[in-house]
Amino acid sequence: MIIQTDICIIGAGPVGLFAVFEAGLLKMRCHLVDALPQIGGQLSEIYPKKPIYDIPGFPEILAHELVENLRKQIEPFTPSFTLGERVETLERLEGNSFRLTTSDKTEINAKVVVIAGGLGCFEPRKPEIQNLEMFEGKGVNYIVKDPELFRDKRIMIAGGGDSALDWTIYLSNIAKEITLVHRNESFRGAPDSAEKVVELAKEGRINLLLSTNLDSLKGNGVLASVSVTDKNKTVHEIEVDNLIPLFGLSPKLGPLADWGLNIDKSAIEVNTKDYSTNIPGVYAIGDINTYEGKLKLILCGFHEGAIMMQSAFRHVYPEQKLSFKYTTVNGVNAF
Amino acid sequence: MINFEVENSAGNQELIEVPEGIDLSLMEVLKGSGYPILATCGGMALCATCRIEVISGEENLPEPQDNELDMLDTLPDAGPQTRLSCQIKIGENLNGLRFKFLAE
Repeated sequence: MIIQTDICIIGAGPVGLFAVFEAGLLKMRCHLVDALPQIGGQLSEIYPKKPIYDIPGFPEILAHELVENLRKQIEPFTPSFTLGERVETLERLEGNSFRLTTSDKTEINAKVVVIAGGLGCFEPRKPEIQNLEMFEGKGVNYIVKDPELFRDKRIMIAGGGDSALDWTIYLSNIAKEITLVHRNESFRGAPDSAEKVVELAKEGRINLLLSTNLDSLKGNGVLASVSVTDKNKTVHEIEVDNLIPLFGLSPKLGPLADWGLNIDKSAIEVNTKDYSTNIPGVYAIGDINTYEGKLKLILCGFHEGAIMMQSAFRHVYPEQKLSFKYTTVNGVNAF
Repeated sequence: MINFEVENSAGNQELIEVPEGIDLSLMEVLKGSGYPILATCGGMALCATCRIEVISGEENLPEPQDNELDMLDTLPDAGPQTRLSCQIKIGENLNGLRFKFLAE
């Protein structure tokens, strides 16, 4: 599938979302791509229930409420989304447009690219086990995209947070055998889920290994067994088809580091005149850019988006003259 | 002055000196001293990019609170000496603390 748009925005956090509004006022259409399965970036993924105090006009607003408000605010401009996919490559096409390709091979053609990627992509935190990478996709999965893939399989889940508990409960009805390995003696996740997991263990429906650490993996091409160490340092080898380590997400700059952009300490260098990068037609706004005096604040990202779209207009409508209009005079004209 | 010792990822020890009475967390001081800490969440104990491994002096540190324990619990490699530096306030109790910096 090839998506055609004026502007492709990488990152659907608050800054990427608001940029759609600023583009919309100038009659430019946007498509947003985000590696996370939902919009909102850090605000949805890391701190949805935290109050934010420095959004102008809101003495206090919860992060998830701000995301919801932004979603509503950009609705008139009908942005389209590709969620749960990471942009892997950026190519310049003839006639000054770009082709972006995602991890799931979705193609997006755009006249302008805006990188609003925050701190990068949130990637699963990996445990330090030898040969782990060798078995990725060959028995080691960091996310459960389709639970049916685990039907009648012998599964080991590692971790003690909510997602480890929730997936253990969910997959206990699907998998043939489940072993949950947790480093500590007890769970600090949601008490209901923790209780349910302990109950499942008592009923013999799951194998619960507490105070136990992952040690090593074995298999000939595909994962065959995982060795774990208990608190007495005794090693147990457990035969499994899949290992699902669930240790949360951590941000990584990801593939855009190789696109030929000028990068300084994991941030993209921009010209503060219009937040353009060293590649004409590619802009960077929000936490992912850097310049003298940079402040990593949502409100600064909003400002950057407004300025940046004025410059992007020249790429999208090279023949037209831009006239600046206030929303108080002109309103918001939906597409 | 408050003095503590950091072992960086290369295994070298560095002495850090901070004046008393500053209202900062250890994460903020480490970041200000040029350590490559992302501190994605800005000090809310939610990203664990500021974690440290205490070598000695932990008896003078306040016990971790629920939000720090919750985060540590989800990490694959956290041990009993692992702390989130964003949850440790700079104070005289940090005098003589030794810890390893764990860059992500």
